Amino acid sequence: MSQDKPKDQQGMFGAAGTGDTSGYGGLVRATAAAGSSQRPFGGYFDQVADDLERAYPDFADAIERVVVDRGELTLHIKRERLVEVALILRDKLKFEMSMGVSGVHYPDDKNRELHAVYHLLSVTNNQRIRLEVSVPDIDPHIPSLVEVWGGSNWNERETFDMFGIIFDGHPGLTRILMPDDWQGHPQRKDYALGGIGVEYKGAVTPPPSDRRSYK
Amino acid sequence: MSTYADPYASSRETTEGTVFSVTGGDWDSLVTEIGQAKEERVVVNMGPQHPSTHGVLRLVLELEGETVTEVRCGIGYLHTGIEKNIEFRNWTQATTFVTRMDYLAPLFNEAAYCLGVEKLLGITNDVPEKANVIRVMMMEFNRISSHMVALGTGALELGALSPMIFCFREREKVLDIFEFISGLRMNMAYIRPGGVAQDLPAGAVEKILATVKDLRHSFKDNEKLLVGNSIWMKRTEGIGYLDLAGATTLGVTGPVIRATGLPLDLRKIQPYSGYENYNFDVVTADTCDVYGRFLIRINELEQSLRIIEQCAEKLKSLEGAPVMVADKKIAWPAQLAIGADGMGNSLNHIREIMGTSMESLIHHFKLVTEGFRVPAGQVYSAIESPRGELGAHVVSDGGTRPYRVHFREPSFNNLQSTSAMCEGSMVADIIGAVASIDPVMGGVDR
Repeated sequence: MSQDKPKDQQGMFGAAGTGDTSGYGGLVRATAAAGSSQRPFGGYFDQVADDLERAYPDFADAIERVVVDRGELTLHIKRERLVEVALILRDKLKFEMSMGVSGVHYPDDKNRELHAVYHLLSVTNNQRIRLEVSVPDIDPHIPSLVEVWGGSNWNERETFDMFGIIFDGHPGLTRILMPDDWQGHPQRKDYALGGIGVEYKGAVTPPPSDRRSYK
Repeated sequence: MSTYADPYASSRETTEGTVFSVTGGDWDSLVTEIGQAKEERVVVNMGPQHPSTHGVLRLVLELEGETVTEVRCGIGYLHTGIEKNIEFRNWTQATTFVTRMDYLAPLFNEAAYCLGVEKLLGITNDVPEKANVIRVMMMEFNRISSHMVALGTGALELGALSPMIFCFREREKVLDIFEFISGLRMNMAYIRPGGVAQDLPAGAVEKILATVKDLRHSFKDNEKLLVGNSIWMKRTEGIGYLDLAGATTLGVTGPVIRATGLPLDLRKIQPYSGYENYNFDVVTADTCDVYGRFLIRINELEQSLRIIEQCAEKLKSLEGAPVMVADKKIAWPAQLAIGADGMGNSLNHIREIMGTSMESLIHHFKLVTEGFRVPAGQVYSAIESPRGELGAHVVSDGGTRPYRVHFREPSFNNLQSTSAMCEGSMVADIIGAVASIDPVMGGVDR
């Protein structure tokens, strides 16, 4: 799935190349994805965007797009500008706390395969926003935010461990959940879940990743 | 330098000087050798299997005598890949997985996840009132049972045995309520996208009120034992200091940040599941230490009981009201019932789908095997778990399975503050500091 160009889904079942005799193979279902949002964003989001534009003159250059979806604001930021924007959000807009970094892997999103998503909380203003940075798989570097929010340390290590995103400037970017000598990054979509089939009275239940799945 | 190789205390030269590795056995030869060394810096490995590290947490301590100069946490021993696994299950099945993350607060894991799914589906306001009331009540009971473990094991680790006995006695009463309502004592998968798994059994409100009365009475035992106890205060006052600035930058939430005086409680500032309709106070302390966090947990018990009482009052007038969204394309069709041999399929439901209505059978089969589709997008839903902000970042690609779910676990972020709390303190105080963070490794490692 790509966030910019949503891919329509074909058929009902996940297993490709098998004899799908259900007759549902020809169904095409359009997937709607949130594009850029236009002002007014609603709620406090306009205020946040205004304040950020005022405090940060390069706003238009640094922010790729603004998405307001399901009552949440997401700022898509160029990775070169991430630290600058984060500092302004922390110091000028009072987003004192970073609630963590979450990675998402979109293998079909060409040259933007890996996304790092930051959830920010402003205790002063009781607001939440989300920052999203996307980088290509072949160059998975994002500047570290440990200097801005110290708590990003473990979160970035986890995202590195699970997705292979390299946070430049991190004081000690090592694996945190997986063993140090582990191969691969488990949360990526090209990393198999693994598992073995379970046999009972001659019938085998395949592992979860090989079962027929519904799209 | 000794000239023979000691199998228990070998030494080797490094860039930092002579390093002695002690693996047990003969301390005499080691003492002789260390006596010749210029400095006395000891690296001690505490855990991963240590009785006072709250699960499989490994702490690497660097000591100068009895003073800790550096603490590093080693985590990951309980990593189960739950976030990866639920990408291969449908949206409802995922509740069975997430409930096992932070095993002391299963209902909170379910609630954070389900609120996220409901937000993606756009049905947050369609969840029936009774389901919300039951969710709040179950979560508050769970907060009590979780705090009971935190207080009991925390006291045990500092050498106080009786509080542990009392706390586990009270926790048992709460688990009995869970068993009575959901059929399970832990890992219930009771909160489901759209509502809760089943309605309250007959006589639930009376039983809940009786338990609240009982708990309120017996909580006093613990308070009498520890609050103001001079031995307890010597072990906890001024220990594990973390001020507001430190807690903010480290992303620490829950009782630890409330002990710095900041009333950060998502139930108040960003209410969910109808928390805005209940009267309760946010408990804070201003001591930034282990004793403050202990007092917060003790006092939050009473606030939880207050909320439960208000829930019970609301439930009296909600007899027979629905506990699942009305939308049949989302609501889980399998009805459960409690029979003489425990919980299982509702016989009435089986009778209907197998005996009277083929359409019901098709509907049941489609929804249980295929599940429902969730419109593409991403949301972040955060709730106040016993340990702080538990957030679920839920991403959907429009299919019947989660595309990616990431949990912002409060234990994970809070545990990061161990170094800030402990460096410079005595070895024995690490135990109290870690206990006051109340990390649950199932949640930290997921």
